[in-house]
Amino acid sequence: MSKYCPAWDPHLASQRSLQGHLTRTPGWDAGRRRVCGRCELLLLRHSLRSRELKCVKCKEGVPVVVIRAGDAFCRDCFRAFYVHKFRAVLGKNRLIFPGEKVLLAWSGGPSSSSMVWQVLEGLSRDSAKRLRFVPGVIYVDEGAACGQSPEDRAKTVAEMKLILQTLGFPWHIVALEEVFGLSPSVLRCSAQEPVGAVGTYKVAVDSFLQQQHTLGTERAGGSPSPTQGEERLSPPGTQESQDPAGPPPAAQTEALSRLFGSVKTLTAKEEFLHTLRTHLILHVARTHGYSKVMTGDSCTRLAIKLMTSLALGRGAFLAWDTGFSDERHGDVVVVRPMRDHTLKEVAFYNRLFAVPSVFTPAIDTKAPEKASVHRLMEGFLLRLQAQFPSTVSTVYRTSEKLVKAPRDGCAAGPRCLLCMCTLDVDAADSATAFGAQTSGFSQTQPPTPRAGAGAPTEVGGAQDRCQGAGPCGREDSRARIIEQLCYGCRANMKDVPSLDLLPPYILAEAQLRSQRASQEIQEYLVENGAEETHTAES
Amino acid sequence: MPAPQCASCHAARAALRRPRSGQALCGACFCAAFEAEVLHTVLAGRLLPPGAVVAVGASGGKDSTVLAHVLRELAPRLGVSLRLVAVDEGIGGYRDAALAAVRRQAARWDLPLTVVAYADLFGGWTMDAVARSTAGSGRSRACCTFCGVLRRRALEEGARLVGATHIVTGHNADDMAETVLMNFLRGDAGRLARGGGLGSRGEGGALPRCRPLQLASQKEVVLYAHFRRLDYFSEECVYAPEAFRGHARHLLKLLEAARPSAALDLVHSAERLALAPAARPPPPGACSRCGALASRALCQACALLDGLQRGRPRLAIGKGRGGRDEEGSSGATPASQ
Repeated sequence: MSKYCPAWDPHLASQRSLQGHLTRTPGWDAGRRRVCGRCELLLLRHSLRSRELKCVKCKEGVPVVVIRAGDAFCRDCFRAFYVHKFRAVLGKNRLIFPGEKVLLAWSGGPSSSSMVWQVLEGLSRDSAKRLRFVPGVIYVDEGAACGQSPEDRAKTVAEMKLILQTLGFPWHIVALEEVFGLSPSVLRCSAQEPVGAVGTYKVAVDSFLQQQHTLGTERAGGSPSPTQGEERLSPPGTQESQDPAGPPPAAQTEALSRLFGSVKTLTAKEEFLHTLRTHLILHVARTHGYSKVMTGDSCTRLAIKLMTSLALGRGAFLAWDTGFSDERHGDVVVVRPMRDHTLKEVAFYNRLFAVPSVFTPAIDTKAPEKASVHRLMEGFLLRLQAQFPSTVSTVYRTSEKLVKAPRDGCAAGPRCLLCMCTLDVDAADSATAFGAQTSGFSQTQPPTPRAGAGAPTEVGGAQDRCQGAGPCGREDSRARIIEQLCYGCRANMKDVPSLDLLPPYILAEAQLRSQRASQEIQEYLVENGAEETHTAES
Repeated sequence: MPAPQCASCHAARAALRRPRSGQALCGACFCAAFEAEVLHTVLAGRLLPPGAVVAVGASGGKDSTVLAHVLRELAPRLGVSLRLVAVDEGIGGYRDAALAAVRRQAARWDLPLTVVAYADLFGGWTMDAVARSTAGSGRSRACCTFCGVLRRRALEEGARLVGATHIVTGHNADDMAETVLMNFLRGDAGRLARGGGLGSRGEGGALPRCRPLQLASQKEVVLYAHFRRLDYFSEECVYAPEAFRGHARHLLKLLEAARPSAALDLVHSAERLALAPAARPPPPGACSRCGALASRALCQACALLDGLQRGRPRLAIGKGRGGRDEEGSSGATPASQ
C-alpha cells in the first residue's frame, strides 16, 4: 500500500495539502477506504454540498449528523437510533421492574438532561412500548464545595426548578450541606433483596400487564387510562417534591467549605465530592422508597472514569464503578442507562431536539489540565481519540469484560467506610505490603506523629502507634479510620490533613466499626496480659 | 538553608529525598535501603531460590545495569550465581553502543557475558530489516511489537546457552504501570489477565522469570545509579518515538506530577483486575513448530517470523486474523484500523 492518500484529488481540495501524504490523523471515505483526515473532511463536505450523501439507514433522507466513522444519519433515523439504544440498554439488562420507583440523578449537564428527557418521552408513549417504572428526579446543589456565592447558587437553583416543574415527576432539590445531617446508617449495606431466578422479570412484567388490562376493562371505555403507576405520580409542587425551604444553615455551608478548602489536591476533592454526593443521593432514595438510581454517565465519561479509577488504585472495583449496575449498597441499585451513548451523540441529540439543560460550574471548572488525575485522563483520552478513533470504544469494550468477582474468592470481607466496596488490602498484596515496607524500613526510630500521618498505608503499624505513649488521641482516630478504607480511599485520605472536618456520620460509623471489632476479640484477651506490638516488618 | 540530616543514620547530611515518601537520606543509606527493598522483594516472593543460576537480561541501560549491580551485591546472601545475557537486535547506531557499555560492565564486575544476535537466531532478520519490511504500509510501523516478542525468545535462548535456571529483567514500577495503561488503551484483555504478578513461574518448559525491581520507582533506580556511579548507556532506541508505549509513558509522567504514588497505584490496580473467564487467555500449550510456550498453534515469535518471510509482516499482528495457521489460506486483508 502506498503511503499516499488515495483520495487526494487536487480538484476537490480548496487548498493544497502537503503532497497528499497520509497524515497522522486517519480518516475514512464513504467506501471505507483509509484516507487522510483532511480528505475525509473535504469529501464529506463535497458530498453534503452536492447532496450525494444519503442517510446510511433509510437511504433517502438528507443526513444531518455523522456518527462514528462515516455513518451519516438523517434526523429521524438518528432519533430512532438514539432512542433505540436507550431502550435496548434497559431492556437487555432486565433490572428495572414495572412499577418500580427510580430516582434520576440530574446534574443539569447534557448527559443527565438527555437521560431525563428520554425517560420523559419514554413514559408518554403508547401503552405497548411505554416505559413502566415510576421516576423521580434529584438535583444536588454542590455550590458550597465549588466555592460559589449564595446568590449564584440561588440563581442556579431557580433555573433548575423551572425545568423540574415542567417535567411532571416528583423532584427533590438537596444541598450538599445536608451530609452533615446524615446518620451513620447510610454507610451500612442493607440486606439485599433476593435477585430471583431468570423468570422473575418476565413474571413481573406479565403480571403487571395483566393488572393493566384488568384496570382498563374496569374503567369501561375511554382513552387508555393512566395506570396504577402513573397515578402515583403527584402533580408538581405537592408534598412529594422536596423544595428546600431556603438556603441551608450558614454553619453547615461554612463547615463544608472548610472541609473542601482543607483538602490539598483537586484529585482528592473530586473523589470526595463524588463520595459525599453518592451518600446523599442514597439517603434520599432510601427515605422516599426509591429502589433504583439512574445516573447519566455516557460512554466517553465512563471510559475516562475507568482509566481514572485504574490510576487511583481502584482496579479491584472497576466493574462496580463503570458497569451497568452497581449493587454494592444492597437495597438501592445504581444503574447507568446512558453507557452506550458517546458524548458526541448526546451533544448532537440535545442540540437537534432542544433538550433543556443548565450549565453549572463544577469543582474542576477552569482548573488547569495538570491539576487532577481526572482532568489529565480526560485530556489524554480525548487527544488520543483524535489520533486513534477507536480508543474510547476499545476502553469501553474492555470494561465490559470485567466481572464483579472478588479476587481469590474471598467473598464477604469488611467493607470500605467510604466507597462501600469489599476491602482490597491484605498482607499478601505485594504492592501495598511494599508500600508499608518502604515506610517501615526507613524508620529506625519510633515513628513520630508527623511521620505517622505521612504513612497511612501501614496496616500493622496503626496498632503500633495506638499503643505508643503520649498524646495519640488524634493519631488514634486517624489510624482507626484509615484502616477501614480501601486502597484508593486511603490514598485520597492522605490529602485530607485533618479528619475532624469530616461529616459526623463518617466519624461515628468509623468509631462504631472499630468498637465492634475490638469487642469481638475482647473476650479472648487475657486481663493485663503481655501486649503484642505488631510492627510492619513481619 | 543547611540540608537536613539523614533520617536513617542521623550522622551524615541528607543528599536526596526519596520520591515516594519524601524522606531525606544520605547517599549510603539510600543505597542500603534500596538494596534491602530489592532483597525483600526477592525473598518475600521466593523468586530466586538458593543455588539458582540467574541469567540477567543486560541491555546496557540504567535498569539492567542497576539490576546487575544490586544482584551482584546480594548474590552471596541469596546464594545464586549470575550470568549476563545481552541481546543484539541489530539496530544500527544504537545497539552497538549499548553493547559496548555491557561489555565494559562485564569486564568491571567480572561476570560472564553472552551476546545473542537476532541475525543468528532468526534467520538473518535484524530489527533494521524488520523495520524496512514493515514500513510503507501507511500505518505506524509496529516494529516494537516484533522487537519485544523476539527479544524474549532470544533471552530464553541465551539463558539456555549459559545453563541458567532463572531469568531476571530490570523492569521497574513505572514500566509495569505503563504496561497496564497501554494494555487498557489497546483493549488487550488477554495480557491484562496474564500480567500483574511478580513474574511467571515458567510453565511448559519455559524458564521462570521475575522482575526484582518491579516495585522500585524509576526515579529511585536513576538515583541509585547516580550514587553508585554506575556506567550505563542512556540514549533511547531509534524506533522508540513510534511506539504506542510513548503515549502511556507521557501519561504516566503527567500522572506522577498530579499524584506521586500513581505508578504504585497502577500496579496495585493491575494486581486486582478481575476479568471475565472468556476474556482470559487459554491455558498454554506448545508451539507446533519450535516447541516453545504458546497459547495458539504457533507461538507468537514463529507467527511473526512467518509473516516476515512471506512478505506480509502484519500477518500476526492484531486480533485473530486468518494468518495463524500454517497453510496461510484465505489471505484476509487487515481491516482498516
